[in-house]
Amino acid sequence: MKKNLLPVVLIAGLIVVGIFLYIQDSTKTDKVADKNIKIGIILGFTGPIESLAPVMAKSAELAIDEVNKSGELFDGSSQVTAVRADSTCVDAAAAQAAAERLITSDKINAIMGADCSGVTTAVLKNVAMPNGVLMISPSATSPALSTEPDNDLFFRTAPSDARQGEVIADLLMEKGFKSAALTHTNNDYGKGLAASIKKNYEAKGGKITITASHEDGKGDYSSEVAALAQASGDILIVAGYLDQGGKGIIQASLDADAFNKFFLPDGMIGDSLPKAIGPALNGSIGSVPGTDSPGNAKYAELAKAAGFESGPYGPESYDAAALIMLAMQAANSTDSNVFKDNIMDIANAPGEKIFPGELGKAIKLIKEGKDIDYVGATALELVGSGESAGSFAEILIDNQKTNKVGYR
Amino acid sequence: MEFLNSFILITNYIIIPGLTYGSQLALGALGITIVYTVLRFSNFAHGEFMSFGTMSTILLTWALIDSNIKFGTFPTAIIVLPFSIIFTIIYCLLVDKFVFKFYRQQKSKSVIALIVSIGVMFFTGGLIRFIIGPGDKNFMDGERFILKAKDFKMLTGLDEGLTIKSTQGVTIILTILLVIILFWFLNKTKTGKSMRAYSDNQELALLSGINPERIVLITWIITGTLACVAGTLYGLDKSYKPFTYLHLVLPIFAAAIVGGVGNPIGAIIGGFVISFSELLITFAYKKFFFYILPDNFLPDGLLQILSTDYKIAVSFIILVLVLLIKPTGIYKGKIIE
Repeated sequence: MKKNLLPVVLIAGLIVVGIFLYIQDSTKTDKVADKNIKIGIILGFTGPIESLAPVMAKSAELAIDEVNKSGELFDGSSQVTAVRADSTCVDAAAAQAAAERLITSDKINAIMGADCSGVTTAVLKNVAMPNGVLMISPSATSPALSTEPDNDLFFRTAPSDARQGEVIADLLMEKGFKSAALTHTNNDYGKGLAASIKKNYEAKGGKITITASHEDGKGDYSSEVAALAQASGDILIVAGYLDQGGKGIIQASLDADAFNKFFLPDGMIGDSLPKAIGPALNGSIGSVPGTDSPGNAKYAELAKAAGFESGPYGPESYDAAALIMLAMQAANSTDSNVFKDNIMDIANAPGEKIFPGELGKAIKLIKEGKDIDYVGATALELVGSGESAGSFAEILIDNQKTNKVGYR
Repeated sequence: MEFLNSFILITNYIIIPGLTYGSQLALGALGITIVYTVLRFSNFAHGEFMSFGTMSTILLTWALIDSNIKFGTFPTAIIVLPFSIIFTIIYCLLVDKFVFKFYRQQKSKSVIALIVSIGVMFFTGGLIRFIIGPGDKNFMDGERFILKAKDFKMLTGLDEGLTIKSTQGVTIILTILLVIILFWFLNKTKTGKSMRAYSDNQELALLSGINPERIVLITWIITGTLACVAGTLYGLDKSYKPFTYLHLVLPIFAAAIVGGVGNPIGAIIGGFVISFSELLITFAYKKFFFYILPDNFLPDGLLQILSTDYKIAVSFIILVLVLLIKPTGIYKGKIIE
């Protein structure tokens, strides 16, 4: 008798859960133009990027405050609130639990986050997609997220590293470097970026003579450089970190006269590198996400007025939160599955250009039935499956400083 | 001409770096061997003693540079070396007085002393990071190169360049000097002979009136000197970061064991065996064969036996092979219990 009890209880439990879920689902579709809108902000407030997360969260909340103050959203009585949760950046289980909590107990309408590529993928796959909640990540750059199945619920205001690979390939070909050796730091960032550089560069007719990884934090990189030197090439692409192995590789290459020109992707850009290496680095080139659009300056002003300094991925976070609210207005719904179709229209041309500080005006325009093109703080343009086309600044090391010499 | 190019290539990327790295390992392995023969335990703290010596050198170098005392093109670090050696010796003696002495008097087994030395290793590592911080430190000043690749190419008209860094030159010369002095001391002086007697047979040495505390003192003086010089040369030639010295213990032990523990000549040979096998196995021979083979025989690949990621594994493999095949090492040493 006892033996048979367990399956019965299990089946009964499943039925109850099923009915519960069905009821929840059916209530969800009724949520048209709620008065109280909640946006979940899932960022790594603890963990490896804990120094960046506060500015990112404040930037998103800046956009939310702006919309609230304008009093334009829906009928004017709607208020948007932000609910923060910790993604930890590295612990997928913790990030999923946090997202689950936001969706089930806080009943959020959309997610601004997550931040690091690994936890973003986990939250999307296991929480956001099954629950039908839209996510806009401000900082996940892994190329793998472009092809991750997402029911059109996932967008990002940061460019994929695949895009940086394209920019780097273009830059190299334009400067006349036909062959290059490639070394990358041995982690997901390094591997993803290296694969993207290789693919794009070879598609454009360039030749990667060797792809070798290096470990960070070693004392001596001369044997890594010896292998790179034997493969030779016009330039050495160093997809690493400027205060880690990347610096060691450059120093060892210069010492052995293996290479004298270097390409430095975003992880290698900073004034400490040319200072440490000296004049030998002059003439090397690089790329880093950045834009000269007026939106960026306006965002920085707004941030200052709100009492904080702009930081890495702050502009992206502002744009992510703004996009969510504008799309809600455009769809006249707070249901992720409805307004997800409006994100691309809002972000891209045609329409009147919207910069930071003009969110109230944008909502008014949408209500009047006019088209808008959200430019935002990052000159946002969504491409492909909904990711930022990405503006990159072209870097030239000259006079022992990193100088931005162009944008693309 | 082609043959010369390939020879210069090998010299530039294997022979000179191998001799430099080998010298640094040999000095480290000598320190371990001497502690092992006289005090009879494997001193895992030796890497951190090297780090401590380097830290003393760096602090002294910075002090001199700050007060604008310069020595032309000569690295300041070498000038302050005698003073940092004294600091290192004092530290070694303090550690011995407060830690190792107790276990020596207890006549503890060597494995217990080994574990104690691991404790000392962690303590010293923490102390160093507390004093100087965990980051990268640069203390190389003066002229970086003895011979630059560009000058060499101009001079000889060859396609391949040869670089000799001043730190490489200093390392090799200083190692030769230190090894000569050490061997002279061990073989010719009375104190050296009594040290060897003590290590061969403790009881007999005591009966012949050798003072054991004096032997221990001299052992730590030699160990401190070797550690400080080896550490400083490694940091000067490569880069100083406290954590890299923790990883350095492995190749140094491998060198001591491969050469034969307890045999000073073995330690030196072992250092070079480890350094050259690491370099030879991870080197890409494409260009080398490009010079010596006719065009149609040239293979496509890089001709690399193992990727450089496996560099540290090479010393592991050699260590395991030696322990399996010839536990006494190349020169007949002792078997580590």
